[in-house]
Amino acid sequence: MSRRTVAELSRSLARGEFSSTELTRDYLSRIKQFNGVYNAYITVTEELALAQAGAADQRRARGEYGPLTGIPIAHKDIFCMQDVRTTCASKMLSNFIAPYNATVVERLNAAGTVTLGKTNMDEFAMGSSNETSFFGAVRNPWDPERVPGGSSGGSAAAVAADLCAMATGTDTGGSIRQPAAFCGITGFKPSYGRISRWGMIAFASSLDQAGPISKSAEDAALMMNAIAGPDIKDSTCVDLAAPDYMATLNDSLQGLRIGVPRQHLAEGLGAEVESALQAALKVFENLGATIQEVDLPNSHLSVPAYYVIAPAEASANLSRFDGVRYGYRCADPVNLEDMYKRSRNEGFGSEVKRRIMIGTYALSAGFYDAYYIKAQQIRRLIKQDFDNAFKEVDVIIGPTTPHTAFKLGEKNSDPVTMYLEDIYTIAVNLAGLPGMSIPAGSHQGLPIGIQLVGKDFDEARLLNVAHQYQQNTDWHLQGPEV
Amino acid sequence: MALEKSDVEKIAHLARLHIDAAEAQEVANRISSILNLIDQMQSVETTNVAPLAHPFDAVQRLRPDVVTERNEREYLQKIAPAVQDGLYLVPKVIE
Repeated sequence: MSRRTVAELSRSLARGEFSSTELTRDYLSRIKQFNGVYNAYITVTEELALAQAGAADQRRARGEYGPLTGIPIAHKDIFCMQDVRTTCASKMLSNFIAPYNATVVERLNAAGTVTLGKTNMDEFAMGSSNETSFFGAVRNPWDPERVPGGSSGGSAAAVAADLCAMATGTDTGGSIRQPAAFCGITGFKPSYGRISRWGMIAFASSLDQAGPISKSAEDAALMMNAIAGPDIKDSTCVDLAAPDYMATLNDSLQGLRIGVPRQHLAEGLGAEVESALQAALKVFENLGATIQEVDLPNSHLSVPAYYVIAPAEASANLSRFDGVRYGYRCADPVNLEDMYKRSRNEGFGSEVKRRIMIGTYALSAGFYDAYYIKAQQIRRLIKQDFDNAFKEVDVIIGPTTPHTAFKLGEKNSDPVTMYLEDIYTIAVNLAGLPGMSIPAGSHQGLPIGIQLVGKDFDEARLLNVAHQYQQNTDWHLQGPEV
Repeated sequence: MALEKSDVEKIAHLARLHIDAAEAQEVANRISSILNLIDQMQSVETTNVAPLAHPFDAVQRLRPDVVTERNEREYLQKIAPAVQDGLYLVPKVIE
């Protein structure tokens, strides 16, 4: 049954080739066999999975089913699941049993998915290698000496190693797209506000967005159909009905105008990534698209601006972890301030503390204008660059990452080295646009991803473009030997 | 911009983080290196650029001001580190 897309599994379930219970048992046994190697899951919810699979089989027998009924998936451990441990890969929440479901979880439950467990990630989604997890690093299924990317590294590794049919992820600066690129799978970040953030533990609230991590664009569309759309519980979730993302997957790309950012072809881009990108552009040309260069002149400022805005928002969001109402509390506090300070020092890892301190500094009296306001002004310049580019083209295509997956420990000497890993993805979050990474090549046995960026709320077009590429290539069908 | 150990101690206090004295210099070095990256912003002229706080310049959507949640005090306090008589316990604040 292994390494099949959700669309294929769904057809097999509909034809009665196997039951959801059989499929779920198969995935659970793969997790038992391989999770020790990849560390993709923090928590495996075996009992829940089998109960949900049994219920899905009963509903199917009654003729009540949709495309996701009985499909075994995994949730990034940033999504609250009622009565299930939800850790955000932090010691701070290592014993936190969430008292409610995230909207994303609720909607996928309603669609009939089976939850296999909660996937590993960088602590509080802060990282690009999955090495900051309190529960240990995740290993890349293509080469266990290498990182899977981050922060949704556990979800990406689980999909790549086929330890789930697909998974949820979140993306604040590239945390869906970069691990998708490193693991040779499809990662989709919708527009800011397309999907409810209710119950998704907050990192940077003006940037965070949930999305699917899957084996194909078609599978991403299936998950999007279940999770996208307004939610009264998240006032930043836009009041805009989501279209049927499956309906336009097969639209022709004849006449599609593709822009390639000149700045992303400049120094720093690995030759192997550039040649994979050029080969992919040829495929799109053969499908009737036209290619032109576009300018994103402020793109080099996206990483500096992001490392003000994201830590500033994080420092405010993470102030809720005070050792009072939930989460870790230090032993024997001598007074209230000691309790706050030691609980937070012992409960957070060093990268999280670093970002809280950067954010606190940027928001402190005397520095607010020079850092926070300046970063928001640059954010507008970056948004305007995209607005100008989209006057000439329908989608922008470039590299997702400068190179293929790096080795564990390779980028840990200086935080800035790690931050620059997200050089092509971060601007997309600052501008709130939909973006995705799809596999488009391979170098020395490691996958290469390309990034597609669309106009505001034009997710359907991105999924259509990616699906047409995948109908004409087979990079997305390749998996690692596990 | 390079931070001193004393800057780190001040920021850590504002963030209610306890930083061990032995770590403060290392933290100062790493944060200084991040601030150097951030300082690239200062090379850009932004005098008449309006700050962008939300990617679509949207404002907060409001809902009707009616109670929609049930009182679930006991259930929600089950996950608290210390509770007594329905109240959260913390170290003594008032002598």
